[in-house]
Amino acid sequence: MRRGVDAMINHTRREFLNTTASGIGMAALGSMLTHDGLFSRATGAEQTVGPSAAVNPLAARPAHFEAKAKACIFIFMAGAPSHLDLFDPKPVLKERHGQPLPESMLKDVRFAFIKKDKALLQGSPFKFTKHGECGMELSELLPHLGGVSDELLLVRSLHTDQFNHHPGQLMMQCGRGTFGLPTMGSWLTYGLGSVSKNLPGYVVLTSGRGSSGGATLWQSGFLSSTYAGVLFRNRGEPVLNLANPQGIPVELQREGLDVLRHTNQQRYAEVHDPEIAARIASYELAYRMQTAAPELTDLSGESQATHEAYGLDRPEPKDLNGRGKQGDTYKSFARNCLLARRMVERGVRFVNIVYASWDHHSNIPKELPYNAGCVDRPIAALIRDLKARGLLDSTMVVWGSEFGRTPLGENRNGKREVGSGRDHHPYSFSMVMAGGGLKGGQVYGATDEIGWNAAENRVHVNDLHATMLHQFGLNHLKLTARYQGRDFRLTDVGGNVIPQWIA
Amino acid sequence: MRSIRDHLTVRLTITCWIALSMGGVIADAADAAKTPARQVLFSRDIQPLLARKCLVCHGPDEAESGLRLDSADRAYAKLESGTRAIVPGKTATSELLRRIATGDDSERMPPEGDPLTEDEISLFRQWIAGGAKYETHWAYRQILPPSLPTVKNSAWVRSPIDQIVLARLQKMGIVPSPEADRPTLIKRLYYDLIGLPPTPSEVDAFVADVSPNAYQSVVERLLKSEHFGERWGRHWLDKARYADSDGYEKDRPRANAWRYRDWVIEAINQDMPFDQFTIEQLAGDLLPDATSMQKLATAFHRQTLTNTEGGTDQEQFRVEATFDRTETTASVWMGLTMTCARCHTHKYDKISQREYYQLFAFFNNSNEANFAVPTSEEAMQEYLLEKSTHDEKVAALEAEYTKAKKTIQPQVEAWVTEMEAKINASSVPLSFAAIELISATATSKATLIQQDDGSLLVSGTVSDKDKYTLVVKVPATPLTGLKLEVLTDDSLAKKGPGRAPNGNFVLSELRVYSATNQDFSQPQRIELATAEANFSQDNFLPSGAINSKDRTGWAISPQMGKNHHITMYTRAPVLFEGQHFLQIVLDQQYGGTHTIGRFRLTTMSGFDPLRALSKDLANALRVEAAKRTDKQRQQFADHVASLDPTTVKLANQLAELKKKAPKSPTMSVRIIASADRKTRLLHRGDFLQPADEVSIGVLAAVCDEHPLTARSADQKPDRLDLASWLVKPEHPLTSRVVVNQVWAHLFGEGIVRTLNDFGVRGKLPTHPELLDWLAYQFPRELHWSRKELIKMIVTSATYRQSSRHRQELDTIDPTNLLLSRQNRVRVEAEIVRDLSLSISGLLSKKIGGSSVFPPLPAGVAELSYANSFKWSTSKGEDRYRRGLYTFFKRTSPHPTLISFDCPDSNTTRLQRASSNTPLQALIMLNNDVFIEAAQAMTRRVLAEDSENDVQRLTFALRLCIARQPSDAEVIRFHKLLVKSRAYYQSHPDDATKLTARHAVEGMSAAENAAWVATLRIVINLDEFIVRG
Repeated sequence: MRRGVDAMINHTRREFLNTTASGIGMAALGSMLTHDGLFSRATGAEQTVGPSAAVNPLAARPAHFEAKAKACIFIFMAGAPSHLDLFDPKPVLKERHGQPLPESMLKDVRFAFIKKDKALLQGSPFKFTKHGECGMELSELLPHLGGVSDELLLVRSLHTDQFNHHPGQLMMQCGRGTFGLPTMGSWLTYGLGSVSKNLPGYVVLTSGRGSSGGATLWQSGFLSSTYAGVLFRNRGEPVLNLANPQGIPVELQREGLDVLRHTNQQRYAEVHDPEIAARIASYELAYRMQTAAPELTDLSGESQATHEAYGLDRPEPKDLNGRGKQGDTYKSFARNCLLARRMVERGVRFVNIVYASWDHHSNIPKELPYNAGCVDRPIAALIRDLKARGLLDSTMVVWGSEFGRTPLGENRNGKREVGSGRDHHPYSFSMVMAGGGLKGGQVYGATDEIGWNAAENRVHVNDLHATMLHQFGLNHLKLTARYQGRDFRLTDVGGNVIPQWIA
Repeated sequence: MRSIRDHLTVRLTITCWIALSMGGVIADAADAAKTPARQVLFSRDIQPLLARKCLVCHGPDEAESGLRLDSADRAYAKLESGTRAIVPGKTATSELLRRIATGDDSERMPPEGDPLTEDEISLFRQWIAGGAKYETHWAYRQILPPSLPTVKNSAWVRSPIDQIVLARLQKMGIVPSPEADRPTLIKRLYYDLIGLPPTPSEVDAFVADVSPNAYQSVVERLLKSEHFGERWGRHWLDKARYADSDGYEKDRPRANAWRYRDWVIEAINQDMPFDQFTIEQLAGDLLPDATSMQKLATAFHRQTLTNTEGGTDQEQFRVEATFDRTETTASVWMGLTMTCARCHTHKYDKISQREYYQLFAFFNNSNEANFAVPTSEEAMQEYLLEKSTHDEKVAALEAEYTKAKKTIQPQVEAWVTEMEAKINASSVPLSFAAIELISATATSKATLIQQDDGSLLVSGTVSDKDKYTLVVKVPATPLTGLKLEVLTDDSLAKKGPGRAPNGNFVLSELRVYSATNQDFSQPQRIELATAEANFSQDNFLPSGAINSKDRTGWAISPQMGKNHHITMYTRAPVLFEGQHFLQIVLDQQYGGTHTIGRFRLTTMSGFDPLRALSKDLANALRVEAAKRTDKQRQQFADHVASLDPTTVKLANQLAELKKKAPKSPTMSVRIIASADRKTRLLHRGDFLQPADEVSIGVLAAVCDEHPLTARSADQKPDRLDLASWLVKPEHPLTSRVVVNQVWAHLFGEGIVRTLNDFGVRGKLPTHPELLDWLAYQFPRELHWSRKELIKMIVTSATYRQSSRHRQELDTIDPTNLLLSRQNRVRVEAEIVRDLSLSISGLLSKKIGGSSVFPPLPAGVAELSYANSFKWSTSKGEDRYRRGLYTFFKRTSPHPTLISFDCPDSNTTRLQRASSNTPLQALIMLNNDVFIEAAQAMTRRVLAEDSENDVQRLTFALRLCIARQPSDAEVIRFHKLLVKSRAYYQSHPDDATKLTARHAVEGMSAAENAAWVATLRIVINLDEFIVRG
């Protein structure tokens, strides 16, 4: 069957070139069919509509300079996990558990729910141990990640500008906490195109309950919807509208598409509008996706060892509860990690795995183990798997959230008590990365002794993005798109590449 | 992605600058490219270079080394270094030239990025040599009526639009495209004006119409169609960032947002002049005697987002919404991008940060408000009619009731006499006595301990339910009732008086028994007839505690933490002879520890003869007859009327009738109201960092020649003054910006291609005279009429050209800047679906009303926050309403809309993208909406009186593409039909599946399915969803 389809497509190409050989748009069509960019990319502020706006706007395009990373798997922990209970051990905080903070420290800070005049410091109830040759200290909730610590770049000194979830999530995805901007995946596919011939360049997978940002977390903003994330679903068909309608067999789908293509081609020959050629190409890619996406999501060919490593068949823990618990959250998250690897193998540029929610305003001792247990094993397995397949060097795995959580316990009731949750904390948080030419086995940056402020080697969200783009061979100052007279960047008006992260 | 067109624009603008009319000089595009010694023009050559290379550091914001290059006097001034950047006419002494041309890296400007090219340096040199004249940015200049150019062969010209376009084409030696054929023309008009396809018979009629007015009359008919308001209303709603939910995390539904949407549709259908349309939306509330519709119009600026996420600072999001109002206003009416100036003075355009906050002040002096408006005009008319009928009925019945009351006057007097006698006869005054407790027990084993004040405090075991039994001595006087006081105590949760965690309790039943001995082996129940309490919880009334039902009872939420009491009366005084004891049982069967924590019981003797009456009535009866007021006598009459069967019946009838009063069809909507706030500049746009106070005002760049004044001299200007200022014909921007928007909807591109940027970094107009001619006409000759403007454009020869791309112009004008043809434009997301529903006959043409929920694939709504949103699919015709009525949930919009570039409605959108993606292909091929359309279309096509497949296929194709299909096209689809027939004859199951809905009566499933399988491909034709 595949051979047949390919033959048909080849036939189409020849026919296309013949029918339009003397026509305008030859270059455009040729480009579409060879998946090359039509024009050499403009750089810097001069670029108004972005790189190749050829018939296939997702045609792969060269980077600004040599790239180490080709694909990114961004694992977005929406709701903000507690860095203090997972990544950032603070013995002093533990010692001062139950003590108030000096008033001077609290004067200018905001909280969502903490009543600050009575709030008390809250040490982590979890143990931290050293892992790997690098001796990275991680919480007991992350034993599997501990096992791959020598691959990990743990950053403990991130900070952000946004304080509430939705703006914070937009900040992490778009570089600025406002609406209408492209997300990271949009910028990467806009900058580099996609090398996948039959899958979208930017894919989104979700687990757990809906996040604060909803679909705005994979929007393309002012860029065309060509660069929006395509949601792969957990249930039903993997992509919306992927399956043929009930009662339409594959042969009639193909027959119908051929009639459509011929008719559209004829129209093209008459009116010469390259958009018609683009439409034909879109339909052909859609048809290929119809085969490729189910093949991608069919995990039956994966070995039992892989299933086990990722924890694909794990039941939901009976004794733990979490706010992301949906009945099959453990399985769906594990499956999404494995799908991410399969996507990267097939040329997908950016995979965004969204898992909500980590918004632990209460009940950290009981709920955080549920969430951590959900993600720890599959992510560690993903990193190992990528490494074993020789893909880790070119695939950047990023684990992160919109902000961190307070060293103070949450006392929504205004009582002088420690509580069991933590409030929103934009002043410091941690992220973990691996692969993509980043230097693993290191801890970068530090917070102060109670984990309040990012104190050493502070990293702004814009710096994170600048460095990520750098690994993809993109100068964050030059990857711009003009909208309303301004050249927008993923890094807004900031961003410094962090050389220490680069291997 | 504007796809290939925009990209080519970049190339063209380099080689083929389109000139502006300046001082009567029209620089030709070709001349500009070819002539080396061309005249340097500030707007075209220098200003963009300054903006791109210099102004970030040497502009209004930074002015490094004291140098600003955005205005002549600053650029010519002596610098800190003693040199002058620009000395007009003197290239040798102009420091700027030296610094941009120097080979010394440490000195060369700009210090970062690519150095200027030789050509660019040469432009600067020529400009300085020629006097270095600065000019006002074109968009801020007064709009003057341009003199129309002369053209050689004017037969083609239908309007001044064509004259201007043709003059340019002739200079370039290009002839315009021929007029499109009639089927294309009518399809174009239908798509552009109402967003629906013409039927084949409408196409035929137009093709056959030989009258010279044929085209004009189609235009006029469509402008009168109610669907015109839908089509053009949706364009406006993009600008209004209209949606049906709050946005941000919680993204709560806004059930009444649609009322503003309907206002827009109505205003556009009525062709409300654009100046009024502007004023009502920006300041309708401030108009004298503002109508409810004018107030509703201000909902334009209530479409901003609302963040109800836990722990937000509401001031932050109030400021955020005010930013949005400021920037949206600047963008929609003035084509200016203000956002940068929130945090710092604009780098290129002359907008200072202070000016930003001066404009912000207009909207800062506003509050979000809610206001009741009619759901629709028709509903209100209908209501008023119904109401007057109803009011008449009520009046008639009331008259009857009044009459009946008069006839019972003798009964009233008899009643008063009887009551007065009762007062006189009453000999035993009401008194209370403390109980003499013998024992107090609880079934739960809780302990009841008597306190010094006689109350009993319950402690120990807290049981889910409980029953307290008290044995007491009988009182000496006849027993007429009991009083139970429930009391607070520090030992109880929330101080009680109950033992539930919130301090509440439920007294399910209080029973009283008497007996002659203490063991109560032969108890005698003493019935309690009525009960009253100082306070009782909703649905937990005092009567519940004496009605012998455990399910009911007396409780006191939310008034916990306070003392309360309940009094219960016996049917008649009970006198005990000989030794007797009383047993009082407090039964508390509600559960959840709703038991009493502390209480005191007292027995009652004697009685109040007027107890059953209201206090007012009782007091009035106690007043001496001669001293009673009219009001008191009226109270007696009312009371007796409430007992008399005739009057009671009438009163009940009246109450019933009043209940049936028609409900006023009003709804609460979100609007804007005025407020008074001090506005401060916010440092870096941070609401927590207010700086200096700023006065209210507008941009100097625009208002120096066109000042804004308050309508009364003793007042500060407000939103109404701002709105009036925007729509003065002399405003240099509004009219230009708005005609450009309208043009773009009819050509796919604006005359200024950057619809949202009329600043120095925006594109120059391709035809400056055309823009100014339209902008001059619009407020004056056309009286701001949107319909007249559209009519003027669509009747031009320029609009009527064929959209066929011209290969011979591919190199000089690939993106059609010269307007040598029409453009092909893919229709918007909503219209893509409307078209399919329309040709299938499924489309509901109902205008307006609540937003609807057409089918949505499972699992999409759940992506919104914490799966809080449920999409319940509309039934009946609401399944098939036009796309603009689809409920728009900001964090989880309908994927079909988004896939076809519908904006996310979080910020204003002046220009939609037009992408072309595989997801769109999947939607049109496989989405159920389009399959259903194909099924219904099959029924429609087969119902036609046709002789054969070819005729039927021709009809089907014409439904979608208007024109006659070619033989080759029909043959191709026929082959598909034949193949499909063969398939479904041998696959009956698939045939059944494909014809599950809208099956054609009397036709085999196989034949029916073959048609569906064929017609679904017709729906997918590029030509169907493209305005040709």
